[in-house]
Amino acid sequence: MSAALEIVAPGLMTSVQDLGRYGHQALGMPVAGAMDPVALRLANALVGNAENAAALEIGYLGPTVTVAADSVRVAFAGAAKLTLQLAGGGEPRLLKPFRSALLKRGDRLAIGAVEEGSVGYLAVAGGFAIQPFLGSLSTYMRAGLGGFEGRALKAGDRLPLALDAAPQGEEQELAETFDYGTGAIRVVLGPQEDRFTSKGIETFLSETYTVTKEADRMGLRLEGAVIEHTKGADIASEGLVTGSIQVPGNGKPIILMADRQTTGGYTKIATVISADLPRVGRLKPGDSLTFAAVSVEEAEGLRRAQEAALRRLIEGIRPAQPDVTLDLAALYNENLISGMVDARTGVGR
Amino acid sequence: MSAYPQIRAFGDTGFSVEFGEGIDRGVNAMVMALHAALRDAALPGVVETIPSFRALLVQYDPLVTSRAELEAKVRDMLPGLKAEASVGRLWSLPVCYDPELAPDLQEVAERCGLTPDDVVAKHCASRFFVYMLGFMPGLAYLGGLDEALHMPRRKEPRLKVPQSAVAIAESMSTIYPWESPGGWHLIGRTPLKLFDAARDEPILLAAGDEVTFRSVSRDDYAAMLAQVEAGRFDYDALKVAS
Repeated sequence: MSAALEIVAPGLMTSVQDLGRYGHQALGMPVAGAMDPVALRLANALVGNAENAAALEIGYLGPTVTVAADSVRVAFAGAAKLTLQLAGGGEPRLLKPFRSALLKRGDRLAIGAVEEGSVGYLAVAGGFAIQPFLGSLSTYMRAGLGGFEGRALKAGDRLPLALDAAPQGEEQELAETFDYGTGAIRVVLGPQEDRFTSKGIETFLSETYTVTKEADRMGLRLEGAVIEHTKGADIASEGLVTGSIQVPGNGKPIILMADRQTTGGYTKIATVISADLPRVGRLKPGDSLTFAAVSVEEAEGLRRAQEAALRRLIEGIRPAQPDVTLDLAALYNENLISGMVDARTGVGR
Repeated sequence: MSAYPQIRAFGDTGFSVEFGEGIDRGVNAMVMALHAALRDAALPGVVETIPSFRALLVQYDPLVTSRAELEAKVRDMLPGLKAEASVGRLWSLPVCYDPELAPDLQEVAERCGLTPDDVVAKHCASRFFVYMLGFMPGLAYLGGLDEALHMPRRKEPRLKVPQSAVAIAESMSTIYPWESPGGWHLIGRTPLKLFDAARDEPILLAAGDEVTFRSVSRDDYAAMLAQVEAGRFDYDALKVAS
């Protein structure tokens, strides 16, 4: 059989995503793509992929996968427990996130609950051998399009791998973590800020909002103080961007995310700046947030600074440093003398 | 000085150019003119442009260009824009208005003080214009419905409207590309798929296209549906010379 990752357990919401399906919104085709594009790019960089390659986006709880290939190099970007059970048996090992690892045929990787944020990304070197739809591998689940059969993964799926075996090379790791930022979510007011009273704008920029349970890849419904319109919430339907903040008639904001529709007919009070979209993409029900307004020029500057920081982080990816616990186990297995182990790792006996 | 065109911010990844109020062919023609002009200009950093009734949304990559730079270029294009009477294709789409496929036809006729045949005749006599697509992949908002057929949406939207249902509401008609919830009045069904992932161009209609409907019998509907299902239907034959 051809090389594949076999899904033993699917996790809660695991889907194939790249950086999105642009170019067809005029025909009503949503963009979809990664909720946290920064983490997707980091996962890809760690296994030597193009940054736009498709990976598995893992929502809330990760899958368990078995390697049905000679070998595969993987990297997980996110915060979750990664348990590797080798095909040959023995004690399970813990893998580190933001560090590539070489898995062999029959090895089983279990990705636990996402512990910070809501998503993580498992990239495989060489990517998946899946036919793109309209130029992208992103899954748009509402219409069953793209990705792997247009849907979230389920047990028994075989995700075809582009490579039969991992490319030669050292394992790589991220030297530092990415800073998603803290504090208020930055927005640019508009496009319909004139459809809200000054009190409504004031409410939006001063109150604390909470992410409700109605939070998914399409958008985040927020609970909090009602935002006052001047004359109703309906507008002639028009295009949207990821990060558009709609306020329908009930006065509660909705942040539109990756699987948003291409157009909408509700007033939009503001737009999340692109530098803060990865952070918003990681929010989960119960998280609270506030908004602060910046200008378009400031938003563009913040995005360029963030991109420069991300580029530095990716350029700083380095050969993985020896892992103390794992190396000890491996070296003992190879019957090396304990003195050498001590000298090399500084771990006393 | 006219309030239009008016530019509105969509964060640091987009801005819209609004050309006027309401649903108006002249306003929309300017939207389509800028849509076409920007496609031809292929300016660096423009990701894509999304036309709607009265505005064009320009999405851009702030790592390649900036709002200031791009807005200046767009403003330079505005005086030279020409509203074309016709920018798209003209389609003649078959619709079966058989009562079994048109659950709301009788009610629509009664509310309009017409017979069902009158409603069909008026729907088929209208030349519709695709103002925009949205709501779901491939859903076209077709303006130009005969005024005698204008009525608000249903008070109770249906949870399940069948794929390819032909519907009307307000001043518009549409065809549902997918089975979905919907609040429009269902007056017929086309054998066509407005969205078919198996086609080279999955989405049939585009903003700027014009559409007329022609009534087909239940037998013709069934025959065409079989061809569509088998992937053998010739969609190009639906395009007519305008």
